[in-house]
Amino acid sequence: MASKMIHAYYNDDDVLMHAVKKVKAAKHHIEEVYCPFPVHGLDKAMGLAPTRIAITSFLYGCVGLTVAITMMNYIMIEDWPQDIGGKPSFSYLENLPAFVPIMFELTVFFAAHLMVITFYLRSRLWPFKKAENPDVRTTDDHFLMEIEVHGSEKELTELLMDTGAVEINVMEKNSH
Amino acid sequence: MYTFSNRLKIGSFILMAVGFLGIAIGFISAPTTVEEAKAIVASHDDGHGGHGAEAGHGDAAAAHGGEHDASHDEHLLHQLMNKPWAALYVGAFFFFMIALGVLAFYAIQRAAQAGWSPLLFRVMEGITAYLVPGGIIVFVILVLSVLHMNHLFVWMDPDVVAHDELIQGKVGYLNPTFFLIRAALFLGGWIFYREYSRKLSLRQDESDDNTNFKLNFRWSAGFLVFYLVTESMMSWDWIMSVDPHWFSTLFGWYVFASMFVSGITVIAMVTIYLKSKGLLPDVNDSHIHDLAKFMFGISIFWTYLWFSQFMLIWYSNIPEEVTYYVTRIADYRLPFFGMVAMNFVFPLLLLMNSDYKRINWFVVLAGIVILAGHYLDIFNMIMPATVGDQWSIGISELGAILFFAGLFIFWVFRALASAPLQPKRNPFIEESRHFHY
Repeated sequence: MASKMIHAYYNDDDVLMHAVKKVKAAKHHIEEVYCPFPVHGLDKAMGLAPTRIAITSFLYGCVGLTVAITMMNYIMIEDWPQDIGGKPSFSYLENLPAFVPIMFELTVFFAAHLMVITFYLRSRLWPFKKAENPDVRTTDDHFLMEIEVHGSEKELTELLMDTGAVEINVMEKNSH
Repeated sequence: MYTFSNRLKIGSFILMAVGFLGIAIGFISAPTTVEEAKAIVASHDDGHGGHGAEAGHGDAAAAHGGEHDASHDEHLLHQLMNKPWAALYVGAFFFFMIALGVLAFYAIQRAAQAGWSPLLFRVMEGITAYLVPGGIIVFVILVLSVLHMNHLFVWMDPDVVAHDELIQGKVGYLNPTFFLIRAALFLGGWIFYREYSRKLSLRQDESDDNTNFKLNFRWSAGFLVFYLVTESMMSWDWIMSVDPHWFSTLFGWYVFASMFVSGITVIAMVTIYLKSKGLLPDVNDSHIHDLAKFMFGISIFWTYLWFSQFMLIWYSNIPEEVTYYVTRIADYRLPFFGMVAMNFVFPLLLLMNSDYKRINWFVVLAGIVILAGHYLDIFNMIMPATVGDQWSIGISELGAILFFAGLFIFWVFRALASAPLQPKRNPFIEESRHFHY
């Protein structure tokens, strides 16, 4: 289904923030905002849900800790409990301090790497991915707000001009 | 301007009175002769069905004959006589170290020119006011130790030194005169910085330029250098030297982490209290959030140092070093490992969530556990060397905690009531007021 899209360009993040608030107040749905750098508070202004990536990281950390404990308990205590320099390998608890550095590192390793991979998956980033940038200027010094046209195109254009847009393009776009 | 509420004042007096009574009972009921000491241990054993290890030890001593038995009894008497003193010392040092930890945090905030914290400067200055009475009390206890009123520090006993070559080798550093000179120097330096910085802070409110602020910045940076050196030496003198045969290189850092996290916790708790009374209207959730982050981070830092010290000694297992932990794990198993749970696991799980760090009662709950945990930490440092396996957390210990808690509350809130709770002309005060995270 082809639909009409409006691309409104801004050249200042403060103006963009005000524009986002106005467009939201006028009950238009903002498809996407492209910025060259993180704009503090933009996610709140757009009403985006908070990220849950920290929660995933905590859970991955728990997995890492479990892997470390299970691995070392099997290798050092159950499979072949050798006497290495007098270390007490009778039970995991008795030799615990020697295992803590590895438990810590694996917890951090799992928490960090799996969280990064989660981030890549959820934000669909990978090598050879085709860039989705609608305009190269948005990586340098322009901000772009993308809105789908449902009602009157002229009314929306006027609203966006009022918010301080420096350029407005209307285009046909095959919806995703 | 804050006025010291009557209820709080009366509460602090009651704490002091009850605590004083507890301390007095502890001193009165301490044995003065070997027979009394034996009677106390015997009745204690009856009441609790007997400590297995103690009874076994007693039998072994008896089997070795009368001479050994007598020296064992003498040892027991000294431990029981030390008990009220050690309880007093642990309580005095614990509350003193909170004020000192806050002073370090305060100096860091000034030297780092932090933009979020100036709103809390008066709270910190109020807490560090306790340095003067707290420091004097600790100093008096040290002087009494030098005067042989107690046996907290064995190296102060000339008889012990005469038969101990290891201590003889340390006499150049561990001698009573130098010990007291050092203590006076440390306390003098800390108290001087506290009083001078407070004066500059109050003067800055009334001035029309920033010279006081800049001077305070320079003094704070200088103080941090002085503090780092003296704090480390203080921990050798006042804590590590109760075990004069033992030494550890990271001990100063470890004691520092303990006082730093306790200090930050108390800042958070006092701030939350004053905010709940509507006295700090500009302090918002983000300030509490920042303090809670510090509590969380420094708790983990403390654990890192605790573990580093423990694991290095456990791993190499060199006899002259490892006895420190052998006695603690044998006689203090619950407080020793319990404090790791209280100081690490509990804050780790409670304060990890960003939303929880903004909930006041949550921060207070975590703070109470952290403070109790760090009391145990000091308890674990002092008690094994002074009272050995005769430890308990009874009337003397609780009395000392209550007494010093009352004194601490009284002195801190009295100081808070002596100046407006919000600095007027700090160059960062606007930033601090609008701080949000």
